[in-house]
Amino acid sequence: MSDLSTWFQVLLLGLPATLIATVGGIALTVVLSFVAGLALLSPSRTVRVVSRIYVEGLRGTSEVVQLFWIFFALPVLVGFQIVPIWAGVLVLGLNHGAYGAEIVRGAVQSVPRAQYEGALALSLSPAQRMRRVILPQAVVEMLPPAGNLFIQLLKSTALLSFVFVQDVTRQAHDVLIPAFNPYVFPILLLTLAFYLVLSLLITAGMRALERVAGRRLGRVAVGVG
Amino acid sequence: MIVFEGVEKRFGDNVVLSDLDFTVASGEHVTLIGPSGSGKTTILRLLMCLEAVSDGVIRVGGRPLSHMEKGGRLVPADEKHSREVRKHIGMVFQQFNLFPNMTVRGNLVEAPTRVLGLSRDEADARAVELLDLVGLAEKIDEHPSRLSGGQQQRVAIARALAMRPDVLLLDEVTSALDPELVAGVLKLLREIGETTDITILCVTHEMGFARDFSHRVMMFDGGRIVEDAPPEELFTAPREPRTQEFLRAVLGR
Repeated sequence: MSDLSTWFQVLLLGLPATLIATVGGIALTVVLSFVAGLALLSPSRTVRVVSRIYVEGLRGTSEVVQLFWIFFALPVLVGFQIVPIWAGVLVLGLNHGAYGAEIVRGAVQSVPRAQYEGALALSLSPAQRMRRVILPQAVVEMLPPAGNLFIQLLKSTALLSFVFVQDVTRQAHDVLIPAFNPYVFPILLLTLAFYLVLSLLITAGMRALERVAGRRLGRVAVGVG
Repeated sequence: MIVFEGVEKRFGDNVVLSDLDFTVASGEHVTLIGPSGSGKTTILRLLMCLEAVSDGVIRVGGRPLSHMEKGGRLVPADEKHSREVRKHIGMVFQQFNLFPNMTVRGNLVEAPTRVLGLSRDEADARAVELLDLVGLAEKIDEHPSRLSGGQQQRVAIARALAMRPDVLLLDEVTSALDPELVAGVLKLLREIGETTDITILCVTHEMGFARDFSHRVMMFDGGRIVEDAPPEELFTAPREPRTQEFLRAVLGR
């Protein structure tokens, strides 16, 4: 029993790094998703092409190799080493932002054309149409797939242990397993439980956001109203 | 107020409107009738800039809508020009197209504040006044989704009027409503027709309404005007065989 408590405390030491990587990664993902997603819908062909290159380039290559590239190759090119945790946030954000861009694009396109026409008939400018009418409706459609993406991002933070970030996974792998060798299975199980709890928190947060957004559209939750 | 000069609209090889010339005077109520696919809704959509003309020029209030004057020549309008002319035109759609992310109040004050530059208080006062007119004053803080189709359409009419348009386009505004809700919306439109001097173009299948609401009725078929006459003439003694045939079919006589 005391072993379990020790393991827990050791894993807990890795929690700040995992949390920073997750929260930072999600923040960067959200920003990049909107920028690249709206760029994919731009009337300018050049803007669309640039955004498409970003999306396919980052979505279509290995996350681990991207991480190694930023951590090991980039310093040779630019002459300084990025702090591992920020290199991690950068890779996680760039990578998941590429997936998120498609979520944003799809959700914006799913808003009925009638809404665009209604806004145009009131002479709202293209920016006003997007910001005031289309995006508020599209965001509701983005939330469920975004929840998926954020959970995937959380689990990808374990990759940062490859570049010496002292996250939950690295604590388990570098500290606990060598010290408590016969107990590999329960230690890894406990490590998984850490991720599960965090992912359930993300799920709960996203569900709350979905409820708020649904209410904004005057939708009543199924089975409640 | 509205002038069509040799207007043509094609979708690919499909000619929807061909070589169309007509004018609508200021304050006139004109109803467009005809079988579906005859091009009548397209005329409203061209006026609202939801579609671009393939050929010809549309003028509203003396200014070209589809084009703008540049160095003495007409060139296709840019977004800014068409938005400027469009400000004076309002449209009510078959499916209402209210914004579900805003309350009724939000739907009514959004464009007056952002496009016309009204203060929040002015726009709010206008919203209250118009909701009173359409009989929905108590629904001002409801979400559109909580309203019946007829109520939503009356809000949509109020929303279009909040922009104080010179021209109002009504695109089959009762077609999506339950039969018992149609009368209320038509009554409201008659009231607006009588109490304002807005130029109104209306596409409808409600022949009774067309008859007593309009100053002129235009019968369309195959993208052309078949007959253009005052309603008492067109409905009682249509001259064209195509009009006679169409009226027999829709009026069931």
